[in-house]
Parts: sequence; structure tokens; C-alpha cells
Amino acid sequence: MTSQTLYQKIVDSHTVRIMDEQNVLLFCDLHLMNEYTSPQAFTGLDERNIKVPMPGQNVSVVSHIIPTHPVAIRVISDKPSALQATNLAKNCSKHGIPLFDTNDAMQGIEHVVAPEHGMIRPGMVVICGDSHTTTYGALGALGFGIGTSEVEHVLATQTLVYRTAQSMRIRVDGVLPKGTTSKDLILMIIGQIGAQGARGFVVEFCGSAIDALSVEARFTLCNMTVEAGSRGALIAPDQTAIDYVLAKCPDIVGETRERALSQWKNLYSDQDAKFEKEYTFDASNVEPHVTWGTSPDQVLAISGKVPVPTQVAPEFKRSTEQALAYTKLNAGGAIEGTPIQHVFIGSCTNARIEDLRAASGIVAGHQVAQGVRAMVVPGSGAVKQQAEKEGLDKIFMDAGFEWRKPGCSMCLAMNDDVLTEGTRCASTTNRNFEGRQGRGAITHLMSPAMAAAAAITGKITDVRQLGN
Amino acid sequence: MSTIKTIQGTATPIRIDNLDTDQIMPKQFLRGIDKSGLVVGLLYDLRFDTQGRVKPDFALNQAKYKSANLMLGGSNFGCGSSREHAVWGLLQFGVKAIIAPSFAEIFYSNAMGNQLLLVSLPTEQVERLMQLAERPDAPEIVIDVENLQVTCGDLAPMSFEISKRHQEMFLKGVDVLGMSLSYMDDINAFTKAHWAQQPWVKDVAARMRACV
Repeated sequence: MTSQTLYQKIVDSHTVRIMDEQNVLLFCDLHLMNEYTSPQAFTGLDERNIKVPMPGQNVSVVSHIIPTHPVAIRVISDKPSALQATNLAKNCSKHGIPLFDTNDAMQGIEHVVAPEHGMIRPGMVVICGDSHTTTYGALGALGFGIGTSEVEHVLATQTLVYRTAQSMRIRVDGVLPKGTTSKDLILMIIGQIGAQGARGFVVEFCGSAIDALSVEARFTLCNMTVEAGSRGALIAPDQTAIDYVLAKCPDIVGETRERALSQWKNLYSDQDAKFEKEYTFDASNVEPHVTWGTSPDQVLAISGKVPVPTQVAPEFKRSTEQALAYTKLNAGGAIEGTPIQHVFIGSCTNARIEDLRAASGIVAGHQVAQGVRAMVVPGSGAVKQQAEKEGLDKIFMDAGFEWRKPGCSMCLAMNDDVLTEGTRCASTTNRNFEGRQGRGAITHLMSPAMAAAAAITGKITDVRQLGN
Repeated sequence: MSTIKTIQGTATPIRIDNLDTDQIMPKQFLRGIDKSGLVVGLLYDLRFDTQGRVKPDFALNQAKYKSANLMLGGSNFGCGSSREHAVWGLLQFGVKAIIAPSFAEIFYSNAMGNQLLLVSLPTEQVERLMQLAERPDAPEIVIDVENLQVTCGDLAPMSFEISKRHQEMFLKGVDVLGMSLSYMDDINAFTKAHWAQQPWVKDVAARMRACV
């Protein structure tokens, strides 16, 4: 048998039939849905009079439009949004699909909720009408985002017509220095390879720096790999990943456990498997990173200088000018010290318990700077409960942060958490696109610790200088 | 799905790299449960100012592009969010095809599935087409889906590639889901073997979360 990459192994084991040289009919073990990219798909099913054949392989979460104000019972006051939520509940009930509804204690961001409920297992194919589905590579599951037409296709057949990607390997050795995280690492990588550097590829991460990451840090890494244009991210499941999965999956015990473990052992790229592209990075060179522009690859180390359009490569001149016109930074100036007015700690990238612990560690004993509004939106009900058990909510609120209920919130500002024009935000999210957090609002992507540091000082700050 | 052999017309140049789907269809237009009403949302922040007034400088608002049904874009067009609303909005606005140096993957798949034709050409060729499109006497662009060729005025014909599957979706108007539904027996046979081997992925959602 020829050598295969982990990616090829997963695709092969889910191929129902080969359609042509480029496409296969791919079986999808888990399909996640939200309220805004699924309604038209359900309508399509109704038009064809189709009942979902495998509802137990599907799950829905109200996540994007939900308000996050700290009220006991959440009410979606925006009428169209409220209709999206009730419509999702109706569709799930009709087809027998499990749902995390608006006021479910375990509701949250879909990519935070699914793994914490043991729904992501090594070797699975997981898809969702949301680009950040790449997150699940952290557990050795192939995840990727799809559009609504494909949501309909999956609901109707539990498969996708899938164009196979090429394999890329990114090796990261060395030790991440104190004050840096997997967020800084992935921001650095995106900066190096570009916003379309992994277009057409599924990226497999390996190396000692990756091995050393916790599962939650790996979620962050794989989640943001899509910002390099990749069609998926994978990390071969090791003991760290398997321990995480087994702890979440009470149904995998006894003989089943032994069978699962013996199959998961094969989830790695063969020694001489062919990768169409390879990169190597050294983690020990990573500094805290912050975006300066309007694309995630427009990113700098905190000690760096904002680029000058006349000094960048000719193909980046126009985009650099356009980005700086929007972010209103001085070309050639330092990014450190840039005043911010808002801090957002949240999103499927960085709203898990370890993220909140890291941020609260910086915040403890300090106050949010005058003129800054800061909020924490936990990734899920489970994360929120855990944080409250550890007293993190109190640390944040004592410092002047708002402690919110879970949801996607200001990452994409589909609910009422929207920034006003000109507001500059230190954000733990994944996209610094123009208008993403609010029209005319300026987003600087960074790690939770860096966002916490910015909240305290009121400006973009090197967290390593704070002395905690 | 209709059959489409050629697409022709004039084009609006949009000189922005990494034009993401958040910009193509902003958040406030994603609150529907159907596909309607997305024309107004298309590239909203670029077309309208904060007061809702038309921004005259933006190409889509200019009289000379009023009848354009094609778009010329920058590289990595359609990156970011998977929202298919971006594609529906472009189609509702009257865009039939987009020519750009490269397209983001999810957007590509969404667009082709909706018969919004995406054509990748080298940056220099896209730039030449943009320059022609900006002329008062802009010649029509003709995209030949059968021969995979773009022609425009005096420019030498430009070849492009799309997969055979996508080409047939245009030429024959294939109902993708309808075709896949005819494989349900194969799918059921696959799942039987798949779950026998990996029983822990059968009903993976339902076993962790009871359906109410």
C-alpha cells in the first residue's frame, strides 16, 4: 500500500464513491448547524419533501444572533433574529435533530460546544455552515466549512460532493517563549504564508512545539488556519488529544475503548507520505503578535513597525494603502502604544477556559483603563460555569470588565454587540476585516493575555512588560 | 438549474484584494430565513455612506457600469465567512460571472453551485481587462464555458480552467443533490460498514445530546 498523509487516510475512510479524478462523495460523521446558514437548506428539503435520514449525526446550536447581556432569561428582541432561532428549533424538532437552544444552560458557540460534549472524535469528518469548522483538527478530525446549498446536501444525504485538497505540512519545533501562545504562533504563520498561502491545501501541523500545546491551544491554532485560506487543519491525535476525548466521551469504555484506541493509533501521516508543500518554523522566535491591517495576514510582532506602502513588495502596495486608510495607523510607526477604546475577549478562537484563565491572570489586581470598555463573552455555558467556579468572573468584574453570556457576539457583530465607527478594539477573535465588528470599527487581533493587557493600559501593550 | 454555454457583457472593476464575504454581504443582511432581499446589502459599506447615501466614487455606483453584468476582482476574492448570502446577493444584483486572479475555496464552491461563474486568470490579464473595462467604449467580455476561453476586444483569447464537474453544471444544468440522492443505496451500504467498524461515531450527536 502506498504511503498516505493523515488527511488522505481520513478522506479514504469516508469515501462512499469516487465521482471523478477530483471529487468524491464524502460521508460526514457530524454536521453542525447554526440559525443563520441553515434555514434556506431546510426550506430546500421541504420543497423536495425530504426527511433527514440520519438526524443523530447532526446537531444545532443557536450561536450567532443571540444577545449576550447578563440577564437570567435571554430574549432576542430583534424580530428577524428571533425568528431565526425559533425557526431552527422548529426545523430540528421536525427532523429529530438535537439542539442547544437560546436558553439552554449549555448553549454557546458551536465550535466550543461540540467538543466539550464529546461530539468530536479522532478520525471523524465534521462539517458546518461556518468557516471555522477547521477547529476540530486539534483532535485529529477533519473539519471544514460549507455553504448553505451544501448544508442542504448533507442534511439530505449525510454526504458531500467533495473536491479533495492537497496536503501541506507545517512543522514547528522549539519552545514558545513566556507571554506567547498558539494565537501568536498562528498569527505569525498567517503573516508569513499569507491569507491565501494555504489555499487548496489541508494543513497538518507537527513538531515539538505543537506536541507541547494543550488541546485548547490546538483548537485556537486549527481554528485560525482557515485565515491562511486552508481547507482544513489537522494534528495527529497523541495522548494529549486522546485523554481529552476519552474524558468527554463516557460512551467509549471497555471493549469499545480498546477498539477505538487501536484505530486511532493509525491516525498519522506515514513516514514517507508526500506533502505537496512544507514549511518549518521555530517557536522560540515567536513574539506576541497584533494585526495592523484589515486581513489576518497583515500582522506584526509587538516590537514591529507598521509597514510603509512604498517599501512593501509591489503586489502588496495597494492592499497596504487600503488597509492603512481604514485602520488609521501611521506607516512606519510602532504598533505598541496605539490607544484602544474597546476590548473583546471571546469567539470560537479564544473563549475557552484556558483563554479566560490567561486573561484573568493579567487582569487580577488591576483596573480597566479609563475610557475603555472591556467585555468577556465565554464560549459556552460550560466555560462560563467553570470560570465562575474558579472565581474568574469576579476578577474580571472587579477590574471593570463586563461578564456576559455565551455567544459569537462581537466577533462578527450579528447580535447587538456592535462597535461604533472609529472605535479601535483589542480583540481575541479571528478576523480584522473592514466593518466586521461594526462599520468603521478597527479590529486588532491578538491573544487573550495581550487583550487583557490592552484593557489595563488602554493601549496596545506588550504583555511581557507587565511583569505578571 | 438552467443551461449556460456563454456569458457575455461588460464588467465592473473592483480593485480590492482579499475582498471578504463580510464586506460582500454584511451581517445586518443575514437575518432572513429565505434568500430574498439581498440586493440592497451587496457591498453595502462600499456602496453607501453611514447615512445611507450613495457613494459616487465607488465603481458599482457609476453610470458607466450600470449595465455591467460581470465583475473583475482582486486576488483571494470571497475570503472569510462561508455565508452563501454573498453569492445570492451577487446573483440578485445581476452579476453573472466574476473574473479574478484567485478565489477563496468556500466561496468558489458556493458560487459555482449557484451558477455564478468564477474565472481565474493571471493578475496581468485581469488588470488588462480592468483597463479595458474602464474605457468609455469598453468592449464586451465573452466567457465561453464550452471552450473555457475569455475574449475581449482585441486581446488574444485567454484560456481558463474549471473542473469537468463544474463545467457540466453550467452546460447541462445538473441537479447535484438530485444526483446524489440516487446514490442513497451506496450511502446506506457505506454507513453499515463504517458503523460496524466505528460504532462510536454512529449517532454521535444524539448519543451525547438527547433530542427534545
